Amino acid sequence: MFENNISFDLTCPLPIANYDSVQMAHGGGGRLTHQLIEQMFFKQFKNDILEQAHDGAFLTMTSKNIAFTTDSFVINPIFFPGGNIGELAVNGTINDLVCCGAKPLYISIAFIIEEGFPMEELWQVVQSIKHAVDSAGVKIVTGDTKVVEKGKGDKIYINTTGIGEVYPDISISPQNAKPGDVIIINGNIADHGIAIMSNREGLAFETVIKSDTAALNHMMDGVFEKCKKIHVLRDPTRGGLASTLNEIALSSRVGITLFEDQLPVKEEVRGACEILGFDPLYVANEGKILIILPEEEALSVLESLRLHKFGKDSAIIGRITNTDPGLVKLKTIIGTTRMVDMISGEQLPRIC
Amino acid sequence: MKYIDDYRDKDLVEKLVKKITDSCFNPWTIMEICGGQTHSIMKYNLLELLPSKINLVHGPGCPVCVTPLEFIDKAIYLASRKDIILASFGDMMRVPGSQTDLMSIKAKGGDIRMFYSPLEVLKIAVDHPDKKVVLFAVGFETTAPAIALTIKQAKIQDIGNFSVLCSHVLVPPAMEAILSSPSNKIQGFLAAGHVCTIMGYHQYHPISQKYKVPIVVTGFEPVDILMGIYQTIHLLEHYEVKVENAYSRLVTEAGNLPAQRLLEELFEPVDRKWRGIGTIPQSGLLLRREYWNFDADRIFQLEDIRTNEANECIAGQVLQGLQKPNQCEAFGNLCTPEKPLGAPMVSSEGACAAYYRYSGNNKPKAHV
Repeated sequence: MFENNISFDLTCPLPIANYDSVQMAHGGGGRLTHQLIEQMFFKQFKNDILEQAHDGAFLTMTSKNIAFTTDSFVINPIFFPGGNIGELAVNGTINDLVCCGAKPLYISIAFIIEEGFPMEELWQVVQSIKHAVDSAGVKIVTGDTKVVEKGKGDKIYINTTGIGEVYPDISISPQNAKPGDVIIINGNIADHGIAIMSNREGLAFETVIKSDTAALNHMMDGVFEKCKKIHVLRDPTRGGLASTLNEIALSSRVGITLFEDQLPVKEEVRGACEILGFDPLYVANEGKILIILPEEEALSVLESLRLHKFGKDSAIIGRITNTDPGLVKLKTIIGTTRMVDMISGEQLPRIC
Repeated sequence: MKYIDDYRDKDLVEKLVKKITDSCFNPWTIMEICGGQTHSIMKYNLLELLPSKINLVHGPGCPVCVTPLEFIDKAIYLASRKDIILASFGDMMRVPGSQTDLMSIKAKGGDIRMFYSPLEVLKIAVDHPDKKVVLFAVGFETTAPAIALTIKQAKIQDIGNFSVLCSHVLVPPAMEAILSSPSNKIQGFLAAGHVCTIMGYHQYHPISQKYKVPIVVTGFEPVDILMGIYQTIHLLEHYEVKVENAYSRLVTEAGNLPAQRLLEELFEPVDRKWRGIGTIPQSGLLLRREYWNFDADRIFQLEDIRTNEANECIAGQVLQGLQKPNQCEAFGNLCTPEKPLGAPMVSSEGACAAYYRYSGNNKPKAHV
């Protein structure tokens, strides 16, 4: 099920393995809960703060400016090409902190597990969480587990909350986009949404489309060091690029022009979107960040992004304007201009 | 994408626009039949490139939009029943019925499955022998063959808990209905390329001759659409009345014969109501007697459902090309994709949704 070549022991430790699936009693607070937490979570996520084994975590921060965020993950399917719900939950919260201009440090993790969820799958999710926090260099400092009756949940839900220290001398906010600024994205759009959709619908394409889920903190470390003048950072997750840019246009009271011929979209993702009737502009991403900054800063930031594996396809895709505040427009590949509206509800598969 | 990108080529688009501009001397009103074409016109904002003498009006070729309210209400009734799984195209989920829509029924616990390929629905039926599985079949000649194939398979495999709520409609009778209306102002048609892929275009010769309109079979990419417009303008300016094919990479005069035979085998034409337009003679497809076992309308005795249409909505006028979406009082205020009054604001092929999405909700500056 894993696509990321993560190597780990696929076997659950005893005595967890005595149960091949999660039981109500695993959330009941008794011996089974204790075993599950000890064997499944504690040992895997262990670090100095977690080992205090307190009701909460005592944290030491050096900066006065703290960023704080939370996110819940309820995805179906939980395993998909390029990742699973575990790393998604970690990376999502890390990226939200990065978008605040912060260095992510600590996260909490809470599981709501449906009774009967296979222990082996939980183990895989936990391993992927471990891999994600280790590679991002953050610590899981507190957590929670609940089990709900069969049919009252959908396999597993994960909530993560994150805390980070804001980089000094930067001021990032959705209200900060200024006319003349350019918009950079760190690579191809729509990979995650199409990976999920093609998996959910059982559609097989010639090449497997993988989710782009990734923690972007290391890539952005380099950018924050180079450039203090970033105005806006956002990760275009649900609702895709179009919805995020519409929010920015409204918050900053500016116009936005996107250039269709500059938008990076993988060939196979474009093909899948054509078949499914989706517009890549509205499809979710999980490893992308939009950077809005003054034009004179763009080249050095692009250079820095392109050095990193998650930024090698970075491109300037648009510009902030002072015309039509609140509206996003697209310069199409044939040279015309049209509106890019915010998504209404969810994208629905078309008939023909 | 190679074969699509060629038809989104900027240089080709510019050349075609120049040809159109150079050959157009009189004002002409042309209808693109298919909602997919409307969508493409708005998505690439072709109106920005075309001379203002050309008035493009949007036709009834949006399967979601013309599906009669009775059928939506029937689907809603079926989806509300605990013993039924309703399988629907995703596009139908938010279409307003008399009281509610399928999305709301799903939220209340109705078992509604969205599908891409109708054959998936047979598998749902096999996997759920304790439930009755109803496929809500809408669409034109394009989708009907796949539905026909599915019903035929159900018969061969003797899948007794599968049936179809069949609301298929046919394009040529709708074109005739528009042309024969006293308020008609359409002077040329861009025929729907995908429908012609199945049906060919031989059916259009008599229509073209009877109503003295040129008809050009047209595709869906910007270059296809501009090619269709160019050929139509050329015919109009030369007072030539005939059918031409500007989508020959996919369409032949005869069409897809096995698909046509399948339609003939399973369905017979019947008078059918089109939402917002009214009853059009011989414009619907009804299952033939040999397949009545698969007709949800008969199995569940659905004849007596009463409907109630929102009266602010001018969908019918829009679907007949008599009004543009942004001429509607409700457009963008009372009626939005989040809270649609009529089906054309819902579907990805609906003209109102295309206007709203690509031109903005504040009465766009499109040609009117």
